[in-house]
Amino acid sequence: MAKKEYAFYPGCSSQKGASASNYLVSVESMCQSLDIKMTQIPDWNCCGASVSYAEAGELPRHVMNARNFALSEQNLPERDIVATCAACWLGARESKERLEHSSVLMTDTNTALKEAGLNLKVIPEVRHMVEVLIEDLGYEELASHVKKPLEGMKIAGYVGCQTNRPFGILGESFENPMYLDKLIETVGAEATKYDQKVTCCGGALAFSEPEKAQAQIKDIIESAYDSGAEMLVTPCPLCQANTEVYQGQINKKYGTKFNMPVLYYSQLMVLAYGGSAKDAGLNGQVIRARTLEEFASK
Amino acid sequence: MAEMKTAAYICKGCELGSRLDVASLVKIATKEGKMAIVREHDFLCSADGVALIRNDIDNEGVTHAAICACSRRAKTEAFNFPTVAMSRGNLREGVIWIRPDTDEARETTQEMADDYVRMACAEVKAMKVPEGNQNTGTTKTLLVVGGGMSGMTAAIESAKAGYKVVLIEKTGALGGMAAKLWKRIPNREPFKAPMDNGVADLVSQIEADANIKVYLNAVIAKTSGSPGRFAVDIAVESGPVVTEDIGAIIQASGFTPYDMAKLPNLGGGQANVVDQLGLEALARAANGGPIKRADGKEVKSVVFVQCAGQRDATKEHLEYCSGHCCATSVKQAMYFKDANPDVDTVVLYTDLRMPGNNEDFYRAAQNKGVIFSKGEVSNVAASGDGCTVKFKDLILNEETSAEADLVVLATGMVPTTGPDLDALSEANRAAESGGAEAKEQVVQMMSKSVLNLDYRQGPDVPQFKHGFNDSHFICFPYETRRTAIYAAGPVRRPMDIAQATEDATGAAMKAIQAMENAGLGKAAHPRSGDLSFPSVRLEGCTQCKRCTVECPFGAIDEDEKRFPLFNESRCRRCGTCMGACPVRVISFENYSVNTVGAQIKAVDIPDEFSEKPRVLVLACENDAYPALDMAGMNRNAYDPYVRIIPVRCLGSVNTIWITDALNSGYDGVMLMGCKHGDQYQCHFVKGSELGRYRMSKVYDTLKGMGLEEDRLMDLEVAITDVDTLPQKINDYAARIVEMGMSPFKGL
Amino acid sequence: MSDMNQQMTAKYKNNFLKEIEEQAEMGDWVKMCMQCGVCSGSCPTNFHPGWDHPPQEIFMLIRAGKRDEVLNSQSMWMCTSCYNCYVRCPRKIPITHIMHGIAEYAYRIGRAPKNQPTLHLSQTFWNNCTKNGRVNEVQLTQTLYFKDGIADGIKKAMAMQAAALGLVKAGRLNPMEALGGGHKCKDIKGIHAMLAKAKELEAKRKGRTA
Repeated sequence: MAKKEYAFYPGCSSQKGASASNYLVSVESMCQSLDIKMTQIPDWNCCGASVSYAEAGELPRHVMNARNFALSEQNLPERDIVATCAACWLGARESKERLEHSSVLMTDTNTALKEAGLNLKVIPEVRHMVEVLIEDLGYEELASHVKKPLEGMKIAGYVGCQTNRPFGILGESFENPMYLDKLIETVGAEATKYDQKVTCCGGALAFSEPEKAQAQIKDIIESAYDSGAEMLVTPCPLCQANTEVYQGQINKKYGTKFNMPVLYYSQLMVLAYGGSAKDAGLNGQVIRARTLEEFASK
Repeated sequence: MAEMKTAAYICKGCELGSRLDVASLVKIATKEGKMAIVREHDFLCSADGVALIRNDIDNEGVTHAAICACSRRAKTEAFNFPTVAMSRGNLREGVIWIRPDTDEARETTQEMADDYVRMACAEVKAMKVPEGNQNTGTTKTLLVVGGGMSGMTAAIESAKAGYKVVLIEKTGALGGMAAKLWKRIPNREPFKAPMDNGVADLVSQIEADANIKVYLNAVIAKTSGSPGRFAVDIAVESGPVVTEDIGAIIQASGFTPYDMAKLPNLGGGQANVVDQLGLEALARAANGGPIKRADGKEVKSVVFVQCAGQRDATKEHLEYCSGHCCATSVKQAMYFKDANPDVDTVVLYTDLRMPGNNEDFYRAAQNKGVIFSKGEVSNVAASGDGCTVKFKDLILNEETSAEADLVVLATGMVPTTGPDLDALSEANRAAESGGAEAKEQVVQMMSKSVLNLDYRQGPDVPQFKHGFNDSHFICFPYETRRTAIYAAGPVRRPMDIAQATEDATGAAMKAIQAMENAGLGKAAHPRSGDLSFPSVRLEGCTQCKRCTVECPFGAIDEDEKRFPLFNESRCRRCGTCMGACPVRVISFENYSVNTVGAQIKAVDIPDEFSEKPRVLVLACENDAYPALDMAGMNRNAYDPYVRIIPVRCLGSVNTIWITDALNSGYDGVMLMGCKHGDQYQCHFVKGSELGRYRMSKVYDTLKGMGLEEDRLMDLEVAITDVDTLPQKINDYAARIVEMGMSPFKGL
Repeated sequence: MSDMNQQMTAKYKNNFLKEIEEQAEMGDWVKMCMQCGVCSGSCPTNFHPGWDHPPQEIFMLIRAGKRDEVLNSQSMWMCTSCYNCYVRCPRKIPITHIMHGIAEYAYRIGRAPKNQPTLHLSQTFWNNCTKNGRVNEVQLTQTLYFKDGIADGIKKAMAMQAAALGLVKAGRLNPMEALGGGHKCKDIKGIHAMLAKAKELEAKRKGRTA
């Protein structure tokens, strides 16, 4: 299969030492196995995420994304932009859609970009890593690289919100998307069925309204446990962080005994492709994934 | 007619041959059925099998054929021999398909088949070939009553189909309510703006059509006769009465808006409150410019009150939804917005009902800035130069109010159906013995008549719910209980112009069919094409009038000697008269007290020690019998002790069948008929209701015979009860076993 | 700030719907709501206490012209940007954006609720990420947990300590970032100039002058 090349937009959380650094590690390793070439957009900036809406207003948010588009077009022409973070993907796609829809916004955006010495004519396609995997490669191709299937593992695919709504993955339903379950099955594990697959983890409100967010997180983890899952897997850094790092606080508040590892799909794939625990970024887990660590050492 | 020659045909196809002892069936047809010819065939509905029967008819002189194969509802094209009397023994859907193919079931299954052969032979011998009603008219002119959208459409559609039309209109111009509209709700893409009302176009089509004769300022003075030969007296204002020969009638007499004076709480009667028709008048006066009130002030704010005096749970006003008013208010709000986008237009509704593409229209109004608020209006009062509308905001759950220059009340549709026949007959009774006042009331009621039918049953079509013209709400929307008279448009049920147009087209088609059928002496729906018709043995008649009263279609008048006088072409062949007749003098050639009675008698009743009960099932041929057939197609098994006879309607069931059956040792009788009442599904509207009423009297007889009430079971069956019906049969059979065998066996 | 409020009140008089249509992001969709309530039933935070008005009511309040009740409402600030309402709305109204848009507008004209934690988060996040072009997670966390004065901040910080320590141990929170290190864009100057321009253009387009 010919080498696939993309303009990579890792996003703030996927940088070294940041909250999703293990995501980045595993994505790099996974792409190597799949012969995908990811070139970072030079000097890319933050997408603004959803929660900046109040302080940022409308145009500044689009301008931030437009800067990335312009840099990508200028340095990596004709390549699709690929984001690994759900919020980056959503923010960038939203800006693309809005700018392409409104000539007023587009004109204003270019006026602002000019201040940074940039100009935007064509907005590249903005895609999520998962789209690249299932649309450009396909489940069959993904399965063909499996060397060590994750047999016997029961995993709840936690899709959450922003890779699912409002854009979603082509052909999937908003209420019960199946792509994550299929990825879990592709690497040889069992995807459990539970009813909180697309429930919101609280997103940024985990900071500002922790009690509300944690109540939602509790429902998600509880439901995953009830389905017999031993771990959660997600495509989104904020989902990952929220469902993992607050389990301790939830246990204190609700008297639960949650201790469920939360991983990225890319980490599972690296392990199934024969990678080491380090390649998969397992050292980045706050709740250690011991089953997977043992699996990797075998 | 030539001498009767009988034949029975026993099919061995569809596994009948392997599941059943055909030799036994042949023997029964020969010995017990006494059929002159008995033949078996491997595949009776094949060309070869059909040729066999055909040959017997043509060359052997067979006049009566009992075809023992599949259900009478199957293979009707193959077994189509209109020149002979024919019965069908239902061995497939009625026997082998509803019985398991097991050794232990074999005996009872064979007994079922044996009985169905006995019954088919007995039935056919009691039948005659229907000859068709000779007493019929062949007029092919259609009368359309009402020159509004529905009436004009019906006239144009009929004329296009090549029929002559007489169109009468009460007022001086065609167009009806639609002509009063400034614009209409859109009926085509993109459904975003009000459109021209379309009246002028229809009027010019009518004026240009030589097949349509229009009477303006005209009403019907009298309608006499029957389908195919109505004589209609048309009274034209300040002119002579003209009589037209008519084949069928479409009543499109429309509606009037509910009188808003009855809604003083909502401002009815106040200066700055109008109904929807009132707003149309203001819009027409404005002619596209800013809309002004009656006092000349330009309207800057308007509130529409939906469901004004409609969907009224207190029953003081209209209980129903008129269907069009939400879309009409949306349209009228656009009148304001299109003339001046700054006019505040608020629609207060509890449920906005915008069926079909009206949803796009609704969206378009929202886009134009019309405000829709979910609120229940309690009061509209004059205040300052306008009105204050008090309402409860149903989303915010609070009492609040809005100010408006003008308030529009969405009042409902009141059908123009003529007097209620029940109320009229009561008034008539009062007038017979009463004084001038009662007589005046009758005159008053009669003045509202639309058709002035010269029928014993009253001057107009019977009304159904809320005073609308009757129709079979599921299957036959335009039908009324007066054959060849069809209702179309808002007189039938509340509807908008688009629906009325469709309605009128459908009614025109039905009216044309009815005229054509009447000319051939055939029945209209649901026994469409049936040539049989009721005949009465007058020498036995006791003049009890039950038939004339009960006929759901007003087909039976009384002659000068007070005997029943059948207007065959008004008859729908349901047999309700036959079921009603206490002395059993009414019959059809192919359906009579005897054809069913003979089948009941033909069944072999095992003695009381056999532990084999027999249950007679009289099943309505419209719903219950097809449901039973479909149960067979799905191989839903049921009890082998039932013997099923299809009847035209529960209304045709004569109580003699039940008492005879119980007397001769049946252990139970089950009646299967359609739902009756407000949500009726009876194809003859009142048949199942009348039948059931009659059966309620049978319980007294049961007591007299010393039998349990449960020996007679009345079951409501819909055509969809395919999966539940077998269980109900089994439950009843179990109840019979519980009660024990009938004490009348072998008497 | 209150000047801006007066300015807008004067501009739109009593037409709050028009004000929202022109001033709030995607506000021109408000009139298209058909009051089915699917949004309210789909909102994850609607099931927790603290909501005064679910989206359906916000829409109705706007039409009813209840300006103060809407602008002062906590409701919009409860949005987690999960987009459930957005995808389920039978009218395809971008409810999530409208909620953000109304909140943003309320804040912009000084009418947002006082001490709104999500507003504070929004301010903090945007200032943090635009300062260097990328997010500095340690500074972000610090700012957030010490926002309400020392005492409350410490309490919350204590509660978060275990979580934060977990992240540090897992190499996913780098304490060095707090000291002014951390990731940065190269062209910070260009970014700042670009954002200043964008802000100016937006204010102009919406007819808001400071």
